[in-house]
Amino acid sequence: MCTDCGCSTRGTQEKAHEHLHDNPQLNDTKTISVIQKILDKNDHEANHNRSHLDNNGVLGINLMSSPGSGKTALLEALSEIAKFKFAVVEGDLETSKDADRLISKGIDAVQIQTGSACHLDAFMVHKGLHDISLDAIDVCFVENVGNLVCPASYDVGTHLNIVLVSIPEGEDKIAKYPVMFRQADLILITKTDLLPYFEYDIEAEKKEARRIKPNVDILEINTKDTNSIQKVADWIEFKQKMRG
Amino acid sequence: MHEYSIVQSLMQSCEENARANNATQITKVVVKIGVMSGVEPQLLQTAFDTFKEETICSNAEFIMTMQSLKIWCNDCKGEYILPKDTYNCPQCAGVELDILDGEDIYLMQLEMV
Ligand SMILES: Nc1nc2c(ncn2[C@@H]2O[C@H](COP(=O)(O)OP(=O)(O)OP(=O)(O)O)[C@@H](O)[C@H]2O)c(=O)[nH]1
Ligand SMILES: [Mg+2]
Ligand SMILES: [Zn+2]
Ligand SMILES: [Zn+2]
Ligand SMILES: [Zn+2]
Repeated sequence: MCTDCGCSTRGTQEKAHEHLHDNPQLNDTKTISVIQKILDKNDHEANHNRSHLDNNGVLGINLMSSPGSGKTALLEALSEIAKFKFAVVEGDLETSKDADRLISKGIDAVQIQTGSACHLDAFMVHKGLHDISLDAIDVCFVENVGNLVCPASYDVGTHLNIVLVSIPEGEDKIAKYPVMFRQADLILITKTDLLPYFEYDIEAEKKEARRIKPNVDILEINTKDTNSIQKVADWIEFKQKMRG
Repeated sequence: MHEYSIVQSLMQSCEENARANNATQITKVVVKIGVMSGVEPQLLQTAFDTFKEETICSNAEFIMTMQSLKIWCNDCKGEYILPKDTYNCPQCAGVELDILDGEDIYLMQLEMV
């Protein structure tokens, strides 16, 4: 599937080699200005992943949330109603439970083995993409590791981010994790069937989200309410159309 | 704790830059941390101190500078610094903003021998 993998490392090595003979003075203190993103290799790989997806006309969506906010449950619910065909790269690191749940629903899912990492990076997702038949699908989800901090710093090479937050997690999550919610193209407030049992002011949370990300799309969902899941499917189909 | 993976990427850049400059030791590393980069400076410092042993940075001083959110407002055509995480133009309250700095982490400068 991949003809130009590893181009990032090749590129830097060549550059390093060119410079190798430039500076003969040893033992002199030398200050150099660098100005490079610390995660530039990850970003490069992320762009590589996006071109894999683009070459196959696949829309990539990164799902992020705390553990247990309902990422896998959303994917299961979408499989019942979505018109688009999708596959999932699963970042559930210790077990393959989530991938198994999805496969039993007939969804093409691959588990990434990363040990104890608290986030997925573009290199891990790249491996996952190689195990998926991209030409057979319209949308590829990446279910990130349940964590509202670390995944926010890593571009995994998808086109859109959906961030979920569930009612039982409590009202302060958006304000406490602004970096994560800033990354969201769509925020899903999940498990709204549990609203009667929790103090949760949805309108206040939406306002908080839009202070951090003005104009962000927000939907309320509950897996037992097919209409609410249909809205997520509609949002994804709309984004698909907008990319041609 | 993704600060550990960030330090690993940083060490890799340090080693590449040192090699490219025929240096054998890095004596100072300067990084710029955006306030909205998702990186905690204390955790990054700890991660750096933990990982530097046995690397080219083992004797390096580690300097972090914090970068506020710097934006360009497309409504009133001005450049401003934002209070930490409220993304409205402080001048006109507009939301059509280009983020100029403050959401990423950069390696800025290296001192080496
Ligand atoms: N009441 C209610 N429960 C839900 C809803 N969505 C998910 N759940 C439950 O919440 C629990 C966690 O859901 P998952 O889909 O496994 O959450 P996840 O985000 O994939 O979790 P990790 O992959 O471990 O981070 C399960 O017991 C689900 O049945 C919902 O809309 N309403
Ligand atoms: Mg899951
Ligand atoms: Zn590839
Ligand atoms: Zn972490
Ligand atoms: Zn303005």
